[in-house]
Amino acid sequence: MSDAVLRVKDLQTQFQTRAGVLKAVDGVSFEVGRGRILGLVGESGSGKSVTGYSILGLIEPPGRIVGGEVILNGKDLTRLKGEAMRQVRGAQIAMVFQDPMMTLNPVLKIGTQMIAAVRAHDNVSRKVARGRARDALAKVGIPSPEERLDAYPHQLSGGMRQRVAIAIALLHSPAVIIADEPTTALDVSIQGQILAEVRRLADETGTAFVWVTHDLAVVSSLADDICVMYAGRVVESGPAADVIASPRHPYTAGLLASVPAEHEPGTKLPQVPGSAPSLANLPPGCAFAPRCAKAGPACTTTPPVQHFEHGRTALCHYPIEPVSCQPLSLTSTTYRSAS
Amino acid sequence: MIGFLIQRVLQAIMVVIAMSIIVFLGVYAIGNPIDVMIDPGSDQALREALIQRYGFDRPLIEQYFVFMNNMLHGDLGQSFIYRLPVLNLIMSRLPATLELALTAMLIATCLGIPLGLWAGYKPDSLSAKSIMGLSVLGFSVPSFWVGLLLIMVFAVELGWLPSGGRGPTTQVLGMNLSITSLEGWSYIILPAFNLALFKLGLLIRLTRAGTVEVMSSDYVRFARAQGLSESKVVGLHVLKNISIPIVTVFGLELGSTLAFAVVTETVFNWPGMGKLIIDSITVLDRPVMVAYLILVVFLFVMINLVVDLVYGQLDPRIRVKAAS
Repeated sequence: MSDAVLRVKDLQTQFQTRAGVLKAVDGVSFEVGRGRILGLVGESGSGKSVTGYSILGLIEPPGRIVGGEVILNGKDLTRLKGEAMRQVRGAQIAMVFQDPMMTLNPVLKIGTQMIAAVRAHDNVSRKVARGRARDALAKVGIPSPEERLDAYPHQLSGGMRQRVAIAIALLHSPAVIIADEPTTALDVSIQGQILAEVRRLADETGTAFVWVTHDLAVVSSLADDICVMYAGRVVESGPAADVIASPRHPYTAGLLASVPAEHEPGTKLPQVPGSAPSLANLPPGCAFAPRCAKAGPACTTTPPVQHFEHGRTALCHYPIEPVSCQPLSLTSTTYRSAS
Repeated sequence: MIGFLIQRVLQAIMVVIAMSIIVFLGVYAIGNPIDVMIDPGSDQALREALIQRYGFDRPLIEQYFVFMNNMLHGDLGQSFIYRLPVLNLIMSRLPATLELALTAMLIATCLGIPLGLWAGYKPDSLSAKSIMGLSVLGFSVPSFWVGLLLIMVFAVELGWLPSGGRGPTTQVLGMNLSITSLEGWSYIILPAFNLALFKLGLLIRLTRAGTVEVMSSDYVRFARAQGLSESKVVGLHVLKNISIPIVTVFGLELGSTLAFAVVTETVFNWPGMGKLIIDSITVLDRPVMVAYLILVVFLFVMINLVVDLVYGQLDPRIRVKAAS
C-alpha cells in the first residue's frame, strides 16, 4: 500500500496524571489508502478514540503526543503547530464524533454552523458558503436540504444529525475522515443507512475513512482493513475479511466469539474473561496475557510483531494458526464469514 | 409569541397586585404616620382632624381600595413631607439612579465578560487565577468600605475626581442626565465603579464557569476539528451558549441595582431613589414608601419579562416550549 493517503507510524500519546504516565496510545501504526475504509476496533479504553484525536492534533493537556509520525499526503501532522495545523483540520482531514446529540451546537442553526465550517478554510461569501452547505447536505442524502439549513439541531433526528456531521466533515473534500464511533448512538436501521452512505461516499469521492468502533459487526460489513487495538497497541491488523474469517490474535478471536449473532439462542455466550486493564497498571510484556487462554511463559516479555500472508500482522507470541489448517479448532473458535 | 406575551403580562399584573397588598399591609403595620408628622405638643382635636383628613380612621380594606383606585388613575398620593405628588418626586430622582445603575452594569459587563471568558479559556494560567482571586474580593468586600477607600484615594489623596454629589445635568428626553458631559462623568465614575464591583465579581465567575463547561463540550471539539479558529470558537460557540445564565443574572442585578443602590448613593451623596426611600422610611412618609416599593416591583417584573423574551432569542429550545 504505497498509495496510502494517511500513514500513522509508531504513534505514541501519553497522559501525565497523578497515577503516573498513562500510555493511551503506545506505538500504533497503520495506513489507509484513497477511498478505503479502515476499521479501528477495540474495547473502551483501548486507545482507539485517543488515536483518532491524536491524528487531528486535538489532544488536550495533560495529554501529549510523545512520538511517532502522522503522515498525511506526505506531511507530518505531528510537527505542525497552531495555525498550520488549523488549516489542515477540516480541510484535509476531518472528524465525525460519536454522539450526534452533542456534536452540533444546540443554539446555532445548522446553516450557521456549516457556513462557519466552510469559511474556516475558504474565503467565500456567506451566500456561496450556504450553497456549498446545501450541496453537502444533499450529498449525504438529507431531503430538502435548504430547509434543514434553517433548522436547529434539536429539530432533527439522531440519524439526520449524524448525516449533518458527516456533511460538515465532507465540506472541504478532505483526504481522510476519522469517524469516532459515529453510529454507536443510533438505532440499527439508521446505522445501516449511514454505513451504506459512507461506503458510497468513500467509493465516489475517494475520501478515506478511519472508522473507530467497538462493533465488529459494523466493521465486517463496512471496512476494507481492520486494526484491532488493545491497551494502546495494535494487536492485529489485516484485510477485514481475512481477519474476521480467521483471527490470529487470541484477543480478536475472543471478540469475534462474543458477537451474539453467531450463536444459537439459549446457549451461553462466550466472553473474553476479565476486563480491560487499567493503563496505569499494565502487566509486563503482553497486556492481554492475564485474560488469554493461550498465554504461556513467553508472554511476560513484549510480544513480537508476527507477519502473515496478505500483509497481516499479529502482536503475539502464540498466534492462532489459520483456520483452514486447523479444522478441529472450528468448534471452539467461532468466526464470522467475510460475506 | 403573542400568547406567551399575554400570559406573561397577566402574570406581571398578578404579581403587582399581590405585592401592593403586602406592601400596604406592611406599611400599615408600622404605625400611624400622624404621630411622627405633627408637633408632639399639638392637641387631640388637631390629631383627630389630621387622621380624618388622610383617611386613617377608615377600615384597612377601604384605605386599600381608595389607594388602588387612585393608583389606577395615575395618582400615587402626595408625600407627607415634601407636599408633592409622589410620582413627580420619584420621577425627579429616577434619572439619577437610572444612569448610575446603567453605568455600573455597563462597567461590570464590559469588564466582567471578557475577563471571565479569558479565565475560562485558560483556567490554569496565572492571569486566570489572579482574575478569579480578584473576583472573590469583588463580592466579598463590603461596598461601603470600598466606596470610602475610592473616595480616599481618588478624591482626597490624588484629587482627580470629586468626592461625591452629582455633576451638572442636561435635559435629555425630559430627564436630567449627567452622563452627557465630561464633568458629569467625573462625578459618576467613582460611585458607578463602586456599585459595579459586586456585579463584576459575579459576572466574571458566571462567565468563567460557563466557558469552562462549554470549552469541554463535544461541539467545541467538533468545531476545532473543522478547523475553526480559536476566536471563532469562542465568539460563535462559547459566547452564545453562556449567554443565558449571564442574561438572567444581568436582569436580576439590574433590577436590584436600580432598587437598592442605597449604600453607594449614601456614601457618595448621590441624589437617587435610594436616598429618597431611606429618608422616607425614617420619617414614615407612607405614600413615598408604598409608591417606591410598587415601582420596584414593576421594574423587576418588566426586566424579567424582557429577560424571558431574550431567552427565546438565545435558545431555540426555549422558544419551542413556550409555543407549545
